Amino acid sequence: MAGGKEIRTKIKSVQNTQKITRAMEMVAAAKMRKAQDRMRTARPYGEKIRNVAAHMSRAHPEYTHPFMAGRADSKRVGIIVVSSDKGLCGGLNTNVLRLVLGKIKGWEQAGVKADATAIGNKGLGFLQRLGANVVSSATGLGDTPHLDKLIGPVKVMLDAYSEGKLDALYVFYTKFINTMKQEPVMEQLLPLSSDQLGGATGVWDYIYEPDAKSVIDQVLRRYIEALIYQAVAENMASEQSARMVAMKAASDNAGNVIGELKLVYNKTRQAAITKELAEICAGAAAVG
Amino acid sequence: MAMTMHVDIVSAEETFYSGPAEFVAAPSILGEVGIYPRHAPMLTRIKPGSVRVKRAMSDEEDLIYVSGGILEVQPDVVTVLADSAIRGEDLDEAKAVEAKQKAEEAMKNREAVLEFARAEAELAEAIAQLSAIEKLRKKR
Repeated sequence: MAGGKEIRTKIKSVQNTQKITRAMEMVAAAKMRKAQDRMRTARPYGEKIRNVAAHMSRAHPEYTHPFMAGRADSKRVGIIVVSSDKGLCGGLNTNVLRLVLGKIKGWEQAGVKADATAIGNKGLGFLQRLGANVVSSATGLGDTPHLDKLIGPVKVMLDAYSEGKLDALYVFYTKFINTMKQEPVMEQLLPLSSDQLGGATGVWDYIYEPDAKSVIDQVLRRYIEALIYQAVAENMASEQSARMVAMKAASDNAGNVIGELKLVYNKTRQAAITKELAEICAGAAAVG
Repeated sequence: MAMTMHVDIVSAEETFYSGPAEFVAAPSILGEVGIYPRHAPMLTRIKPGSVRVKRAMSDEEDLIYVSGGILEVQPDVVTVLADSAIRGEDLDEAKAVEAKQKAEEAMKNREAVLEFARAEAELAEAIAQLSAIEKLRKKR
C-alpha cells in the first residue's frame, strides 16, 4: 500500500486541477450568457433580410441572380467550416469535424472536389491535416463575433461561386439547441432554394433604386453573410456551453477521485496507528 | 392621430430602433429619400449617413448613423438593414485577399515548424559547444 505522504501529494495535485477546472467552468458560464445574448441580437437582422430576399424571389424581377439559379450537376463544392479557436470544450469540434469528414469522403467517392474555408483554429488544423484545399481562413475571432472578420473569407467563396468555379456552398457549424445540447449541422447556402425562403404568394414588385441588379446582388450577399454570422454566433454560444458542461464534469470527476484517495489515505493512517498500538502493547507485555 | 408605420433599424450585431414612426428619412444612393406611411414598395441601397426617424406621438426625431446598407419600404413597414462594418468594393476585396493569404501562410507553416525545430537543434548544439570551450579555457 502506498505511503501516507505520497497519497497526500496526490490529493493536493488533484485538488489543484479541480480548482482550475472549476474556475474555467465559472468563466465559461459567464461567457455563455453573453454569447447567447449575442446570438439572439443577431436574429432580427437575419429574419428581416430573409423576408426581403423572400419577397424578391416571389416578385420575379426581370433579372435572375446566379445565387438563386440552381446548377444541373455539381463538380466542385465550397464548404465553410465553423469551429472554435480553443479546445477543452468536450466533443464540440470533434462532432462537427466528423460530419465534415463524412461529407468530404462522400463527395470524393462521387468525384466531387471540395474547397474549404476555415473559421476557427481547430477547423483549420483539421482541414490541413486532412490535406483539403483551404482557400481562405479566419482565426482568432475572440469572444465576440465581428462581421468585419468574416467578410473576407466569405467573399472568396461567393466570388468563386459567381465565377462558376463552385457549384454549391455549404456551411458546417454547431447549432445551439440548449445549454446541455448542441448539434453539428450542415446547411446549404448556395444556390438559394426557394423553399428556404418560403413559397410564392402574391404578385407585386419593388421599385428598385438605382437598378434591380445591383440591389438584388447586395441583398443576397448580405443575406449569405448574415447566415454565416448567425452560424458563428451560434457556434460561440455552443462552444461556451459545451466548455461549461465539460469543465463541470471534470470538476465532479476530480471530486470523486479526491474522495477515493481520502478513503485510502485514512485507511492507511488507521492501519499505521493500529500497528503501532499493537507493537507498544506487545512490548509492554514482554517487559511485564 | 397621424398615420404611423412600423420602423426597424437593425444590423447583424445589434438592433438600433424598433417601433412605430410617422416619418423616416434615409440617405439613399440616389439622394435622400423621405418616407411617410403607405409608401409604394421600394428597395434601395443607402450610403453612409444618418437615418432620421420621427417617432409616433412625439415631436422628437431620432438620428441614427448607419455605415451603408439596404432600405426596404412597404406600405406600413420600413426596414433599414444597416451594415455593421464599413464596406466598400476595394475594402472587401482587400479583406478577401488577406483571408486567402492567411490560409496560404498556415499551409506553409507546416514546413516552418520543421524549420524551426531544425534551427532550435542547431542552436542547442552551438550553445553546448560554446560552454564546452569555456570550461576548457577555465581549466587552463
